[in-house]
Amino acid sequence: MAYDKFNILTSTAVPLPIENVDTDQLIPARFLKATERVGFGDNLFRDWRYNPDNTPKKDFVLNDSTYSGKILVGGKNFGSGSSREHAAWAVYDYGFRCVVSSFFADIFKGNCLNIGVLPVQVSPEFSEKIFAAIFADPKTELEVNLPNQTITLLSTGEKETFEINSYKKNNMLNGFDDIDYLQSIKGEIEEFAVNLPL
Amino acid sequence: MSKTLFDKVWDTHVVRKIEGGPDVLFIDRHLIHEVTSPVAFLGLKTRGIKVLYPKRTFATADHNTPTLNQHLPVADPLSANQLHMLEENSNEYGISYWGLGHQKNGIVHVVGPEYGITQPGATIVCGDSHTSTHGAFGAIAFGIGTSEVEMVLATQCIMQPKPKKMRINVNGKLGKSVTPKDVALFIISQLTTSGATGYFVEYAGDVFENMTMEGRMTVCNLSIEMGARGGMIAPDETTINYVKGREFSPKGEAWDKALAYYKTLKTDADAVFDKELTFDGATIEPMITYGTNPGMGMGISHDIPDAAHVEGGAATYAKSLGYMGFSEGQSMIGKQVDFVFVGSCTNGRIEDFRAFTSLIKGKHKADNVTAWLVPGSHIVEAQIKEEGLLDILTEAGFELRQPGCSACLAMNDDKVPAGKYAVSTSNRNFEGRQGPGSRTMLASPLVAAAAAVTGVVTDPRTLIEELA
Ligand code: SF4
Repeated sequence: MAYDKFNILTSTAVPLPIENVDTDQLIPARFLKATERVGFGDNLFRDWRYNPDNTPKKDFVLNDSTYSGKILVGGKNFGSGSSREHAAWAVYDYGFRCVVSSFFADIFKGNCLNIGVLPVQVSPEFSEKIFAAIFADPKTELEVNLPNQTITLLSTGEKETFEINSYKKNNMLNGFDDIDYLQSIKGEIEEFAVNLPL
Repeated sequence: MSKTLFDKVWDTHVVRKIEGGPDVLFIDRHLIHEVTSPVAFLGLKTRGIKVLYPKRTFATADHNTPTLNQHLPVADPLSANQLHMLEENSNEYGISYWGLGHQKNGIVHVVGPEYGITQPGATIVCGDSHTSTHGAFGAIAFGIGTSEVEMVLATQCIMQPKPKKMRINVNGKLGKSVTPKDVALFIISQLTTSGATGYFVEYAGDVFENMTMEGRMTVCNLSIEMGARGGMIAPDETTINYVKGREFSPKGEAWDKALAYYKTLKTDADAVFDKELTFDGATIEPMITYGTNPGMGMGISHDIPDAAHVEGGAATYAKSLGYMGFSEGQSMIGKQVDFVFVGSCTNGRIEDFRAFTSLIKGKHKADNVTAWLVPGSHIVEAQIKEEGLLDILTEAGFELRQPGCSACLAMNDDKVPAGKYAVSTSNRNFEGRQGPGSRTMLASPLVAAAAAVTGVVTDPRTLIEELA
C-alpha cells in the first residue's frame, strides 16, 4: 500500500520510557480480527490505556493531554515479539509518523519502514536527553530530517544522525513501496526460479 | 570463500542485490493463516495483481480457531469472518487451504514439517514470528509482516538486508528432566530478549545433534524470543529421515537432486561468525520464567533475582514483577498455579505430550488447576490416541482438546482470566498474552505436568525421584 511521503517532521513527542515494549502491548491479539487496515489506532496500547471497563487509565501517557505529537519516544528494545504488522498500523493510525528508541526489534522496524512510519534509532545517551527534555518541557519539539538523516532537539540544538539504508530512504521520501519495485523485476524473478534446487 | 550454513542458503536465494539496500530474496515456501493475510489479499485486489506461484503458498487456519466442537460453526463473528476470508482468498487464488475440520488442519508451524512442506535449505516465510521453527531443518525461516505477505504472494520475493551471523554452541550431557525447551529458555535468559537482534543464529554442538526433530523445532521456534530473526540447525541423518517420504517432500529424481543439495548444507570448518557463544549443557536446569518477557527465566530451584543483577532499568523490572505479583528474592517453588497449558508451535508436538504424560501417569490433576491440553495438529492428536497417552491422561483427570494456537495468544475462547496464573508451554509471557490481565510462567511440558498434578510450581525432578 502506498503511503505518505516523509521528508522533515517537526513535532512535539510522546514519551514512553519503558523497555521491551512488545507487540502484544502495542496491539493485543484480540484486536487482530479485522480484515481491513482500519481503526487500529483506537486499540494502540489498549490494556495500558484502558481499564477492563473501558474507562481510560489516567496515569498512562496517551491519556495525559500534557503530551502529544507525531513522534513516539520509546524505551530500549521497542517492538519486540510478534510479526503482526498491526502493531505498526496501530502506531500509524493513532497519528504517529516516527518512533524513536535506542534499540528496535527487527521485525517491527521492518514493518514500520514498509508502511511509512520512520523508526529512528538513537544512542542511549541521546535517548536519555530526549526523555529529560520532554519531561522538563512537554512542548519540546524534535526535528526528524530524513534527507539529512538527523534528529534534533530543537530546544538545545543537540542532534544525532541515524542510519537508514539508501533504498528504504528513497522509498520513504517518495512514498514508494517494495511491491512496486518487485513487480518491476518480475521477469528476472521468474527466470531465477527455474534453476532453484527446491 | 568459506561459508556458513546460513550464507549458503541465503546466497542461493538472492535474485538481486541492491547497492546500499536490501537483497531481493526468493521464497521457496510461504505459509499463511487467517490473521495476517486478509489485508495482503486486499492489497493484491486493489492493485489488480495475481498470485505469482500459488503452489508455493499453503494456507491453514489456526490462530482464531476454537479447540472444542470444531464441527460447529465458529461462534465469534469476527473470527468466523477471518476464517471465511482465508477460505475465500485461497480458493480465488488457487492456494491449498486446510481449514477448520480439514484433516490436515493444525498450527501452521506444526503441519508444515509434518507434510514435508518444510525442507532443508529452503527459504520459508509466514506472517508469524515463530516461523523460525522451520530452521530446525536447516531452512532459512522467519516471520514477516503483512506487507511482505503481499510481496510474496505477488512476486514470491521479499526485500531484506542480510542479517549478521551468530553461532550458539551447547555441548555436554543434559541433566535429568532438562528438555529442549529448557535449553532454549536458558539461552534466552543469558542473551535477554534483544541479545540476538540483527542476527540469524546457527545452533551447533552435541546437545542439538542429539535432539530429535521435535526438540530442534522447539529450540529454533524460540530463536525469535532472543531477538534473532531465526535460528537454524544443519541437516543430518535425523533430518533426512524425518523429511523423506512426506507428502510434499520431493520424490524420485527430484529427491536425489534435493538430497545432493541437503548434503552441502553445513557450515565450512573455517567459516567466520560475527558472534559466537558457547554454553555447557550440563549446567542447565529445568527452567521457568518469573517476569513478563521470555528472557526473565531461571533454573526452577533459583530465587527471583534482584534488579541489580539483571540487565535493563530497575523501573521496567519492578513493573514486570509487579504485574506478576512476585518479589525479588522469592522462590518460584510452591507458587500458585490456576491454569496449565500444553500446546502451541513451541511444545504442541507428540514428544511434548509424551513428556507430559510420563510425569502425570498414575497421578491425578490437582483440583485447583484448569488444564488445556491442545495438540498442534490432527496428526499429533491421532498419535496421542494411538500411543495410549489419551487413556493415561483421561485416567488422571485430563481432557484433550482439538488442534489450534489456543491459549498461546488467546484469540479464541481459551483465555486465562485476569490475575490468574498459568504455567504454559508456549513462547510468550507478555502482559495479557494469554488473556487480559493473565500471568504466564513459561516452562517445559515436564514442569507443566508437575504443576498440573501438584497445583503449584514444582520441580519435576522431585516428582520423578518420588516415582523411582
Ligand atoms: S501457537 Fe502461538 S506462536 Fe505458534 S503460530 Fe500459533 S499463535 Fe503463533
